[in-house]
Amino acid sequence: MSSLHLDAEALYSDLLTGVRGLLRPSTALVGIWSGGAWLAERLQRELLLDGEHGVISSALHRDDFSSRGMTAGADHTRLPFEIEGRHILLVDDVLFTGRTIRAVVNELFDFGRPASVTLAVLVDRGGRELPIDAAYSAARITLPAHQRLSLVRDDAGRFSFDIRERTV
Amino acid sequence: MNFRHNPQLNKHGELIHLLSIEGLPRALIHQILDTAGTFLSVNDREVKKVPLLRGKSVFNLFFENSTRTRTTFEIAAKRLSADVINLDIARSSAAKGESLLDTIANLSAMHADMFVVRHSESGAPYLIAQHCAPHVHVVNAGDGRHAHPTQGLLDMYTIRHFKKDFTNLTVAIVGDIVHSRVARSDIHALTTLGVPEVRAVGPKTLVPGDLREMGVRVCHDMAEGIRGADVIIMLRLQNERMSGAMLPSAGEFFKNYGLTQEKLALAKPDCIVMHPGPINRGVEIDSSVADGAQSVILPQVTFGIAVRMAVMSTIAGNSA
Repeated sequence: MSSLHLDAEALYSDLLTGVRGLLRPSTALVGIWSGGAWLAERLQRELLLDGEHGVISSALHRDDFSSRGMTAGADHTRLPFEIEGRHILLVDDVLFTGRTIRAVVNELFDFGRPASVTLAVLVDRGGRELPIDAAYSAARITLPAHQRLSLVRDDAGRFSFDIRERTV
Repeated sequence: MNFRHNPQLNKHGELIHLLSIEGLPRALIHQILDTAGTFLSVNDREVKKVPLLRGKSVFNLFFENSTRTRTTFEIAAKRLSADVINLDIARSSAAKGESLLDTIANLSAMHADMFVVRHSESGAPYLIAQHCAPHVHVVNAGDGRHAHPTQGLLDMYTIRHFKKDFTNLTVAIVGDIVHSRVARSDIHALTTLGVPEVRAVGPKTLVPGDLREMGVRVCHDMAEGIRGADVIIMLRLQNERMSGAMLPSAGEFFKNYGLTQEKLALAKPDCIVMHPGPINRGVEIDSSVADGAQSVILPQVTFGIAVRMAVMSTIAGNSA
């Protein structure tokens, strides 16, 4: 474990404020599987947005497919609304290399042409390998590349962070 | 498992070729079926294509004709963005006397990444898998009487879709079991997935008693065979078996083993009826059953594309 302390619940409150500032009248929230999907679910409820949030998976557009192989299927994309012409706000827990965002943007466009795509994240940990940035991040930290940071949700729905050494 | 024991798996137990369902762990079968579920939803998208095999070349090598299976593999590969090359091998190289391994060596020199192989000789896909370059993957699309693993997997997907759980089912496979690679693959899959009762139903000439060694109950009486079944898998009666001593006539076979509404009433009320196609109406199945409410023959075809996408993407993502 790292000595770094991140209060995920406090950051979530900041994210909620930040996301509220990014919303347009017709914005649809889409959470990136899996941590981002939890965030989008809670934001949808607590921001009193109409309808359901969307969930999007990077599995079918990953650029490391040839080395990491197929990732199993329960996590597939669910977008219960029209993408065509819609303002989409992507939500994720951690922004790192930007490769997941590249993959999910491609995935999104398989469903139609959105009017715009914006990104809000809980934590931006730096280390970008693509020209991608978030419109809002609740925290910016620096973490060594060998450490993996991910959001955890307990049974009561409360968020915390898990930091561990990367296995691959 | 090492290469000699199961050439389909690498040293991490991951699937690198699909040659037979025999010897595949239950978890691996479920993983392929889960992946197929993901691909089924791709059909609902505006862009019905994903880029997993972009830049890869899939060669369909059909040493034996099969328009339907070849087409579903072609659609599956194209939906994964692969380049697909169809070779009507039966009418070209092999007819000119080229050996199987020479054909493979030549196609490998054309930078093939995957071979989808149908061959009348059992074991031909194994031979290819053992002699192709380490980065090349092989899918068995039916070899002799031995195996047709993607048909077996799509049958399992269909059963799981409609019945949810395998561990309380009675499944009856009816018809020409002895010559059927589909039956063999289905039996291995069903027993691996924990189906408690698998029945092989048909006349003694087509359902010999030694099938019991595969863990099935052999029934020569149709009523006994399908009574209380949750799933009935009808097999195509191959016309070439009609002549000779195996069967008296198509009419006689239909009378005894053809699936009619009357016979289907012996099975459970929610029993599903499957068939790998192409169906012979009035030979192994009555039209009213093939087109009836319990028939899932057309969903099988749709699921078949998703299952073949799952198989190709799974093996392409694993290295030897």
